[in-house]
Amino acid sequence: MSKLLLDPTSERRVAERTRLARPASLSDQVIGLLDISKPRGNVFLDRLEERLLQAGAQVKRYKKPTFTKPAPVDLRHEIAANCTLVIEALAD
Amino acid sequence: MSTPRLPDGLVVIVKEECETCRMVAPLLAQFECTVYTQDDPSFPHSVSALHDADLAVSWHHEIETVPTLIRVMEGVEIERTVGWSRAEWQRITGIATLGDDLPVMRPGCGSMSVDPDRVDALRAAFSGDVLQARRIELADLDDEMEKLFDLGFTDGLPVVPPTPERVLRMLQGTTRAPNEVVAIVPPDLVEVTIEKIAINAVMAGCKPEYLPWVIAAIEAICTDEFNIHGVLATTMPVGPVIVCNGPGAKAIGMNAEGNAMGQGNRANLTIGRAVQLVVRNVGGGRPGEVDRATHGNPGKISFCFAELEQGSPFGTLAASRGVGPGVNAVTVFAGEGPRCIVDQLARDPDSLANTFAACLRTLHNPKSVLGFDVILVVGPEHARVFAEAGWDRDRLLAELHARLQIHGSELVRGAGGIAEGVPDWLADATLGKFRPDGILVVHAGGGAGLFSAMIGGWANGDIGSKPVTKEVRP
Repeated sequence: MSKLLLDPTSERRVAERTRLARPASLSDQVIGLLDISKPRGNVFLDRLEERLLQAGAQVKRYKKPTFTKPAPVDLRHEIAANCTLVIEALAD
Repeated sequence: MSTPRLPDGLVVIVKEECETCRMVAPLLAQFECTVYTQDDPSFPHSVSALHDADLAVSWHHEIETVPTLIRVMEGVEIERTVGWSRAEWQRITGIATLGDDLPVMRPGCGSMSVDPDRVDALRAAFSGDVLQARRIELADLDDEMEKLFDLGFTDGLPVVPPTPERVLRMLQGTTRAPNEVVAIVPPDLVEVTIEKIAINAVMAGCKPEYLPWVIAAIEAICTDEFNIHGVLATTMPVGPVIVCNGPGAKAIGMNAEGNAMGQGNRANLTIGRAVQLVVRNVGGGRPGEVDRATHGNPGKISFCFAELEQGSPFGTLAASRGVGPGVNAVTVFAGEGPRCIVDQLARDPDSLANTFAACLRTLHNPKSVLGFDVILVVGPEHARVFAEAGWDRDRLLAELHARLQIHGSELVRGAGGIAEGVPDWLADATLGKFRPDGILVVHAGGGAGLFSAMIGGWANGDIGSKPVTKEVRP
């Protein structure tokens, strides 16, 4: 008889996620910029905001309380409710 | 598998190999009874016996000794006696003269159902349905050790294959139900059960008696305060450092003395390893994926040791964190590898505290303040210097904090030719190297060596990780 072992993992299958189609234009988009609270992330996002505004997008700024923890559920919901796209500034 | 029902009346379980069973065998024809034989189906020759070939009857009715005589009414056991006790056999059978020519008493033999060579397989055969985990079937030609590497289940070292037999044996180490959910494990935020912890504990090489310590450490790291998500994901070289307190640490053979943080002790190494395997396998936290450590450290395989409570002038770490005396507890700390503090000459506490403070000042960066905690592992020979001077934990901490107040002019960005530092507006402030509860004193190490050690932490407080202490529950 072949040997049986017990699965030590969460037994979750990896979800296949397809990328969203790229938006045809930025002019009709509400773009959330999420600062994860690492130093100088705001410098990067400030520059992005300038470029996005030039391209005609609306921009909303958000900030995680700390970069070390996942964004709070309320913040994720707020972004999902108010934005069509989100850009996260990862680190310094 | 459900419990086989015993027939009403008298039931006797025997095996031919047992001398006491052979002695009582002729008696079994003298009264009405059902006889189960464990080994030789033709034994005893005096009566027709049922062969408990798979030991299901013996297992389910918890037969530990043969012969066992049981009286059953309406399917329910009323009483039993084990081995040969003439008075008990006469009373239960109601035959006043039964075995009058036999000795008054003779002990029986071990039941085959508790034979250490058989018990794991029997538990798997009869209790295996408590295990909910998905089965992974290996082909006959698979090398099981290589297969476990291929499946991505290991930390880079070989693991013990988690067979149902081994996992069931591991689960004997706790009274908690296999399907009890212990915690939600980041980064995948998955519920982890006692069973999944037991599987990973088997793989890590734990003994069953270590399991409650692994469970407590998992409970501790999966709190919001400890924040294993961030500890895992950070680029800093930290992982959960586990300090064990209480009489149980010694009872399971943990090492708090020579080489406590090194190799050679099964309990120390496998408890810490099991915790990390749970984070990897259940939580999905793997290096190169969510674990973004720039260098890591060898302690991320396992970093777990016991405090040397005996002879400590500082009380215990657990007691300092509110745990009562005699209670087993783990404290988890997000820490890097240990660094040695050398002072071979200090014989007075002030001099030794000066050395400690000078070394602690350099933690992570000599100009870094308040952002990181530390475990200070005081070796017994250093601890003796403080003990002889009457310094306890509070005194040592007060003396260290006093020595680690640093003027902002030394700390501002650019000072000392080092860009790292605090903003200029703090130039006139005096800042502590550590926050007030940022030094955790632990007493551990061998009896020879004028050394201590420091284990630097990760971003502390609400933005990062706080040490967490949990009681170890059986």
